Amino acid sequence: MLRILHQIMKVGTITEPLARNQDFEVLGEQLKSTVKKRFQGSLAIRLVDAGSCNGCELEIHAANNAYYDIERFGVHFTASPRFADMLLVTGPVSINMKTALEMTYDAMPAPKLVVAMGDCAINCGIFGQDNYAIAGSVSDIIPVDTIIHGCPPSPTALIQGILSTLNQPEG
Amino acid sequence: MTTGLSNTWFAERLGDHGIHSQYLEDHHPAHMPCLEIRRLDWAHAAEEAKRLEMRLVGVWAAQAGYHDDQKQLYTYMAFAHPEHRHVILRTTVNIEKLEIPSISSHYISACRMERHIQDMFGITIQNIPDTRLWLKHEHWPEDATPLMHDFDGKISLSSDPNRADIDYDYVPCDSESVYEIPVGPVHAGIIEPGHFRFLAVGEKILNMEERLGYVHKGIEKTMQGRKVDNGLKLAGRVSGDSTVGHSWAFAQACEYAANISIPKRASYIRGILCERERIANHIGDIGAICNDAAFAFMHVQCSRLREDMARLHAQAFGHRLLMDTLKIGGVAYDLSAETCQQLIQQTRHIAAEVERLRDIYADTPSIQQRVIGAGTVNVNDAKDIGLLGYVGRASGHYPDERIEEAYAPYDDLDIPMPQGKLGGVSTRVWVRFEEIANASRMIIQLLETLPEGDIQSEWKAPQAGVSGFTAIESWRGEIAAWVRFGKDGLIDRYFVRDPSTINWLGLELAVRTVPVPDFPLVNKSFNCSYAGNDL
Ligand code: SF4
Repeated sequence: MLRILHQIMKVGTITEPLARNQDFEVLGEQLKSTVKKRFQGSLAIRLVDAGSCNGCELEIHAANNAYYDIERFGVHFTASPRFADMLLVTGPVSINMKTALEMTYDAMPAPKLVVAMGDCAINCGIFGQDNYAIAGSVSDIIPVDTIIHGCPPSPTALIQGILSTLNQPEG
Repeated sequence: MTTGLSNTWFAERLGDHGIHSQYLEDHHPAHMPCLEIRRLDWAHAAEEAKRLEMRLVGVWAAQAGYHDDQKQLYTYMAFAHPEHRHVILRTTVNIEKLEIPSISSHYISACRMERHIQDMFGITIQNIPDTRLWLKHEHWPEDATPLMHDFDGKISLSSDPNRADIDYDYVPCDSESVYEIPVGPVHAGIIEPGHFRFLAVGEKILNMEERLGYVHKGIEKTMQGRKVDNGLKLAGRVSGDSTVGHSWAFAQACEYAANISIPKRASYIRGILCERERIANHIGDIGAICNDAAFAFMHVQCSRLREDMARLHAQAFGHRLLMDTLKIGGVAYDLSAETCQQLIQQTRHIAAEVERLRDIYADTPSIQQRVIGAGTVNVNDAKDIGLLGYVGRASGHYPDERIEEAYAPYDDLDIPMPQGKLGGVSTRVWVRFEEIANASRMIIQLLETLPEGDIQSEWKAPQAGVSGFTAIESWRGEIAAWVRFGKDGLIDRYFVRDPSTINWLGLELAVRTVPVPDFPLVNKSFNCSYAGNDL
């Protein structure tokens, strides 16, 4: 136990102090206040991998690490679509995942925000739209609010993408 | 080809048993030859391989290329022997009657790959012990055979409404005290999709069955007709967490086919990339395993180290996950003396941090109680299935292509083998800790002895019909890749077998009699790739 405490003390707080990175500071503060305003301080996200190579998932994990610590802005990932405010989708939509994606979307309550993360989710990426095994990009299957470019998008880009979704006019 | 260099060991053994085989001249490299055998010897040859204690590497099929007699259809199987290395056998399928005998009675791991052949080519596998569909899900039109030339792979396949209600035929159980738990395809966490069907009695798992294929993206089909550079990009996204391993496998298969060797400096940099990928994934997984047993401290520490690595990767190689860092014939990025120093320093630092965390992990009773003895696979089963990578190494099965195949740069390195036997979660974690330490030493040695010179050889595509095969030890285990070229240097057929295809079978065994809540823990300790399996 002492060693655990020692290790924790030694590493200290690595969560990027908001002031260290100008952009990130602005971004984080904006995100936090928007989440507070629109979602009473807590935004629940459900992830669906609709056919990704799992690279995008690694970066979502990274957004949860101690450096970015996306949870401090009130953003957290949930196991059920039933209480998810936002659906984050990665990968081109495979024909074998299409139904599962639609069902997850249907199970969500309003406002059903949808973010398509990564080049695959946006335009099927390297796997191509002209592919028998792919049903289409995410917006071919369900309505998409925001897209995040990158292969995979960095954790910062992900946080930015979530923010810009929240900043879109409601309705 | 200089037949003098050819590996004739297996051909001679087959000959001893009356199986005639013939070398294919348009296959490289000579030390991993491709032999044509008669169709009626197919299952017998597999039986011989088993008797010789070879492990099964893969089973696949390919139609002849566009340059060739297009109608011809071949099936292939590859085996590996620790000393005598890899050999591929090929036979011709009768196109009037698309049938081939199953080899699953000799190699159980062949079964899913044979089902894949059935799904993709419409070839009937005679006497296959499991006749169900695999990657082809029930809603597909019955006559869809995507890897045949006459199938239009450019149009998205629409579901057959008449088949929409057909369910996969899971192993049933009539007993009243057994209940079923369906899980997935969408799982609770941030992970890939797949379906698990549990049969449980009380707390304990009686049987767990995997149904995969949800992220099938038609990679084999869409690879056809690509230029090598573009193919490499795609290969690097077969499974994003093994992007270096898969890129290396694709690139080396192409380089073997074209008979070009890459500069020594480039091979060293590939080694550095691959070992860094190994460390990053092991660190991430150790944290995630501990997290599944509610030891969040380790998770936070490990994901911190992983992020440190990703940041240096972005700076040194232009990509946090090391995607697109290889080129056909070499690597995309050279290393300056300064970057070498940074990499050495960070590798040392991370290795030391991991050792400190390892002590804490070993001294924490709450996590030790959960991992020791959980989810075991015994040595016999591991050998029988041919488990790969750290999963094999934890269960007494030790194939490592860095040692056996000893491709550059590993021929210059001394590679210790962590030899586990108990085969549970704790052993798999132990192997991973050992591999982090070993990989760190290798990286530092490679960086300190980095040869001067080019980082890229000139690419010259082989003639149509020429094929190449390779086996690369990625962080998960052996990736086997076979490529055949078509006209104008375009890819004609690419077969790749991620280690997950085999290791998923180990998971099914490991979770028997395990309490249901321990499943995530055991699953994480395997961490098989869905994408790599589903292609
Ligand atoms: S965008 Fe890139 S990283 Fe994300 S799923 Fe597609 S190929 Fe993988």
